[in-house]
Amino acid sequence: MENAITSVPDFLPALPEILMAVGAMALLMYGVFRKSCDAHETAYGALALFALVAALLVIEPNASIETFGGMFVVDGFTKFMKLLILLAAAAAMVMSLTFIRREGMDRFEFPVLIVLATLGMFMMVSANGLISLYMGLELQSLSLYVIAAFHRDNTRATEAGLKYFVLGALASGMLLYGASLIYGFTGSVQFASIAAVLQSDGTNIGVIFGIVFVLAGLAFKISAVPFHMWTPDVYEGAPTPVTAFFAGAPKVAAMALILRVLFVAFPSMENEWQQIVVFIAIASMLLGAFAAIGQSNIKRLMAYSSISHMGFAMVGLAAGTPEGVRGVLIYLVIYVVMNAGVFCCILAMQRKEGYVEGISELAGLSRNQPMVAFVMAMLMFSLAGVPPLAGFFGKFYVFMAAVQAGLYPLAVIGVLSSVVGAFYYLRIVKIMYFDEPAEAFVQPMPGELTAILGISGFFTLFFFIYPAPLIIGAQAAVGALLP
Amino acid sequence: MIGTAIAFYLFAAITVAAGFMVISARNPVHSVLFLILAFFNAAALFVLLGAEFLALILVIVYVGAVAVLFLFVVMMLDVDFLELREGFLQYLPVGALVGIILLIELLLVLGSWVIAPEAAGVAASPTPAITAVDNTRALGQVVYTQYVYLFQAAGLILLVAMIGAIVLTLRHKPNVKRQVIAHQVARTRETGVELKKVEPGQGL
Repeated sequence: MENAITSVPDFLPALPEILMAVGAMALLMYGVFRKSCDAHETAYGALALFALVAALLVIEPNASIETFGGMFVVDGFTKFMKLLILLAAAAAMVMSLTFIRREGMDRFEFPVLIVLATLGMFMMVSANGLISLYMGLELQSLSLYVIAAFHRDNTRATEAGLKYFVLGALASGMLLYGASLIYGFTGSVQFASIAAVLQSDGTNIGVIFGIVFVLAGLAFKISAVPFHMWTPDVYEGAPTPVTAFFAGAPKVAAMALILRVLFVAFPSMENEWQQIVVFIAIASMLLGAFAAIGQSNIKRLMAYSSISHMGFAMVGLAAGTPEGVRGVLIYLVIYVVMNAGVFCCILAMQRKEGYVEGISELAGLSRNQPMVAFVMAMLMFSLAGVPPLAGFFGKFYVFMAAVQAGLYPLAVIGVLSSVVGAFYYLRIVKIMYFDEPAEAFVQPMPGELTAILGISGFFTLFFFIYPAPLIIGAQAAVGALLP
Repeated sequence: MIGTAIAFYLFAAITVAAGFMVISARNPVHSVLFLILAFFNAAALFVLLGAEFLALILVIVYVGAVAVLFLFVVMMLDVDFLELREGFLQYLPVGALVGIILLIELLLVLGSWVIAPEAAGVAASPTPAITAVDNTRALGQVVYTQYVYLFQAAGLILLVAMIGAIVLTLRHKPNVKRQVIAHQVARTRETGVELKKVEPGQGL
């Protein structure tokens, strides 16, 4: 009977996660026990914590290690994704500093919840089984629901939080149902054993059902069509820095999860899931492109923009090749950086009476703030995919992978919808440069926004000169995922 | 053997019947009471499976805490359930249609159910045989070792739920007098007692 006691697992590979959890709890305790603690103190603490975790991740070896009975995995792929998530989360945290003070949501829990959401994303990226997948996803989602409704005296924010919560719970339910079907038909919750069983027994309809439901739950998290309904409302209703956070890090984490589930657990069923991914990619690209045309609120427009960008990223996934996955990773990095820059501009749309969100309010920006208008215009060209800006390269790598895999119709539809998308991005440029000027925004822009906008603009403009580090990094990450 | 079968059918039938009553009872308090009945019988089914730990947890947590909480909420909130049910019949045809389609699809999926020969090997759990060790001990052996990651993750999720509830609902009202024991203890004769000189025959 003594033999039955299993040994204590190796905790060392999970050190960044453990540090983050302990740090989040320490910040929480600090906030609770210090009288009248505002968000800035915990925000700086959280940023220091992020820096520490990033340093730990960088010095971590690249070898693939599994621990906790195979439920948790670290390798080059998780390292790449976690660093990207940290970057996106830290940018969103910095961007929120001025906003939360002005809008009266200056409470110390805000940074703590962002840290806990980021921890959930780390767990999603490192998940190597269905149960750890669900645990990470739920930790992330629950924190995001609360953050969406954080501005609790604002009806739009509470509505956004409630809507996100109800639809998110539905998506989690679907994911769990799919996971139970997969477990029932393969007898395991670990990705590697699922793959082994499917390899030896061949596929059956029960597992396909399970994949469909799991993919539906995950597609909800990256807001891919047809599970995108919540995105415009939540993006519009949530406080702007929260929207900036939603548009970045959670998408990266969910995409990492989709990649791992499809390539590690179901490599033998590629023909089956490829159809689903192709459909989701086409539907997201088209809907994102056409529905954004009629929008007048810039946050709603960015919501549709993010839907179509997730569609573009899925094109690389549909290819199912290492080049395709590399394209997805490059696309995600470029998307996160561009997005941070655009949201800095949106956060700078501030008049004396408060923040404004209408696209027409941008009129005359080129005269009032020429540098900001220039960078914003460049980011818009980049989002549309105009060479030689970074956005073009993101699209180039995924479409190239699709063409190499023989998915010509998908690539053609992608290019066409990117042309349609260019219309509404260029409309913003037109409004900024050629429309009758509106009242100027509050100047100068807060320093932290200027800094992030500058970094984002610099990256977008000069990516083409020296793209090698990103491409090599993505290549190494793919090598760890697809040995 | 026959005794177990009879017990199973008895408990299962009562569970299903109680579940049906939960959604069809007109009085919400009756619904909660039937819910408790359903929980008890489900616990009995767990005992039949040999999972006495789960059975007791079900009774303690669900009956002891959740159902009682429901009762309080139902009594306190005074929700007009009859009003909520209005239009129930109107949605019945569509609801029934969706339910039937789902049932057919499920049957189609389950129709292809074959237990893979490898499945037994894959699912080999670290839990020892039920004859060797009772299941409370078996759970204790894996929850804090093999499954420590999931256990801690669940703890963090509950922490987030708690933070969320506090952040979204707690409001510090001004002018609320709270008991501060330190202030009470620190009270001295000088701050607590005021001497007034009362002139004879005048009162205060």
